[in-house]
Amino acid sequence: MLPAVDVRKVRKHYGNLRAVDDVDLRIEQGEFFGLLGPNGAGKTTLINLLAGLALPDGGQVSVMGYDVVRQYRNSRMLLGVVPQELVFDPFFTVRETLRLQSGYFGLRRNDAWIDEVMHHLDLSDKADFNMRRLSGGMKRRVLVAQALAHKPPVIVLDEPTAGVDVELRRSLWRFIRQLNRDGHTVLLTTHYLEEAEALCGRIAMLKQGKVVALDSTQNLVGSVPGCRVRLRLSGGLPAALLPRVVERADNDYLLALPSYQALEPLLAELREAGVAVLEMSVQQPDLEDVFLRVMKVAHEAARPC
Amino acid sequence: MLSFYTLLCKEVLRVQKVAFQTLLSPILTALLYLLIFSHVLEQHVEVYPGVRYTAFLIPGLVMMTVLQNAFANSSSSLIQSKITGGIVFVLLAPVTYWEFFLAYVTASVVRGLAVGAGVYLAALWFAQPPLQFPLWILLFAVLGSALLASLGVVAGIWSEKFDQLAGFQNFIIMPLTFLSGVFYSIHSLPAFWQELSRFNPFFYMIDGFRYGFFGASDVSPWLSLAVVSGCLLGMAGFTLALLKSGYKLRL
Ligand SMILES: Nc1ncnc2c1ncn2[C@@H]1O[C@H](COP(=O)(O)OP(=O)(O)O)[C@@H](O)[C@H]1O
Ligand SMILES: [Mg+2]
Repeated sequence: MLPAVDVRKVRKHYGNLRAVDDVDLRIEQGEFFGLLGPNGAGKTTLINLLAGLALPDGGQVSVMGYDVVRQYRNSRMLLGVVPQELVFDPFFTVRETLRLQSGYFGLRRNDAWIDEVMHHLDLSDKADFNMRRLSGGMKRRVLVAQALAHKPPVIVLDEPTAGVDVELRRSLWRFIRQLNRDGHTVLLTTHYLEEAEALCGRIAMLKQGKVVALDSTQNLVGSVPGCRVRLRLSGGLPAALLPRVVERADNDYLLALPSYQALEPLLAELREAGVAVLEMSVQQPDLEDVFLRVMKVAHEAARPC
Repeated sequence: MLSFYTLLCKEVLRVQKVAFQTLLSPILTALLYLLIFSHVLEQHVEVYPGVRYTAFLIPGLVMMTVLQNAFANSSSSLIQSKITGGIVFVLLAPVTYWEFFLAYVTASVVRGLAVGAGVYLAALWFAQPPLQFPLWILLFAVLGSALLASLGVVAGIWSEKFDQLAGFQNFIIMPLTFLSGVFYSIHSLPAFWQELSRFNPFFYMIDGFRYGFFGASDVSPWLSLAVVSGCLLGMAGFTLALLKSGYKLRL
């Protein structure tokens, strides 16, 4: 089967800055794929290359087999992009905006689908509002609706939940998951790692324009050994345990342990020091731990010796 | 094809939604010119035999308005959507560069003609120039506004701020229109300025347009047609190449 997105040795430089640096990435049809990385890692630039909003300095990008530069009409037909910036056309109502967007994609009578999309995004009662009158969250919903106006098989969302209330996040994810189950491929960038962990089957992590990790979410989360222990103690932590501290507030601690076997000695140490455990919970490592670890390793690897 | 049509509709809708600024205010400006210049010069100037100065002035003013509005439309619409970011919706869609070009140019021609027609109808109250060859009038209005619309596309893409666009307007469009014989026949100019006017494409647009009214002109309407068509082809080719390259639009 053709990959939904195929990125081969793609390079994009802005002056001396390597925004995207020889990236290879293949996303299969039907995947829910996450693209993570700190600010400035090159996520948006990579999406722009995919969408034809930026032209690559080297390498090739294709969407469902169509080259995004040479066969841009086909590739853009198959791609729906929710841009990161909250942009809108101030002259039009929500419905006009969505009709125009359908028209750009060659769809004449698209109102049934427009109504359905508006319904799923809770936009129906705002259909005849001018774009200028909408709140930021509402504008974000319209951006999502615009990206979906032509029912693209590949959907790209660039930080769609940045600064968006919990309610929209829930309804948005319900809808996007539904589309994914119906066969749409989804590529997502987000700052909320728990969101990526819950939604994405595979994840690539980007740093300074390079892919520094690429695996299934399960494998990535499993790649961090050990666990974390959250403790509320009756007194201060014994000095020997201080190197394990990740977070601390008064006598509340978050400790990182190399494995579950380290739990027993930890409790013994506390007992010997005469400190009582008032509350305790053990946590599995999550994507955030992986993320921090990968970014740290990538940072150290990049440091000149 | 539907992409072109939709983009055209969007551009025309934009003109309608801000009609006060895009249609009414340029018509009022042109009428003010007419009022003042005709009042001052009516008694003193007769350009063509038997033609009152006010009647002579009307076609020039109409064409000037047509040209300025065609330029203003494509350039300000583009820079506005670049600044608000709304241009991405078109850039993300499978709109070809020539559909993009045709949509912006056609919408600007429509606005130019609409404003021109408004000025003409309102001016009839002051004087009634003859209408010798209406097809020549229409032809020059369409070609001239298409040329300026195309220049407007280039200006809109190149400019990053409104001041840069204003610079275009104040240092290129305004001087060239004022030195093109809107308010006078170039035969009334000293030899040097007469020669210089012949290098100004605006002169041919205005002169050819005026020929359609009076059946008389400073140079042959066929020469004007050739010059204006040539300029339009060159400008369109340049604009299409710029759009195809993605210059300042696809970074
Ligand atoms: N048009 C541009 N001109 C110059 N630099 C740019 C441009 N677009 C992005 N960059 C730079 O490229 C880098 C990657 O940016 P971006 O792709 O937006 O990162 P992310 O989306 O991961 O936060 C940043 O350092 C940014 O400043
Ligand atoms: Mg970004």
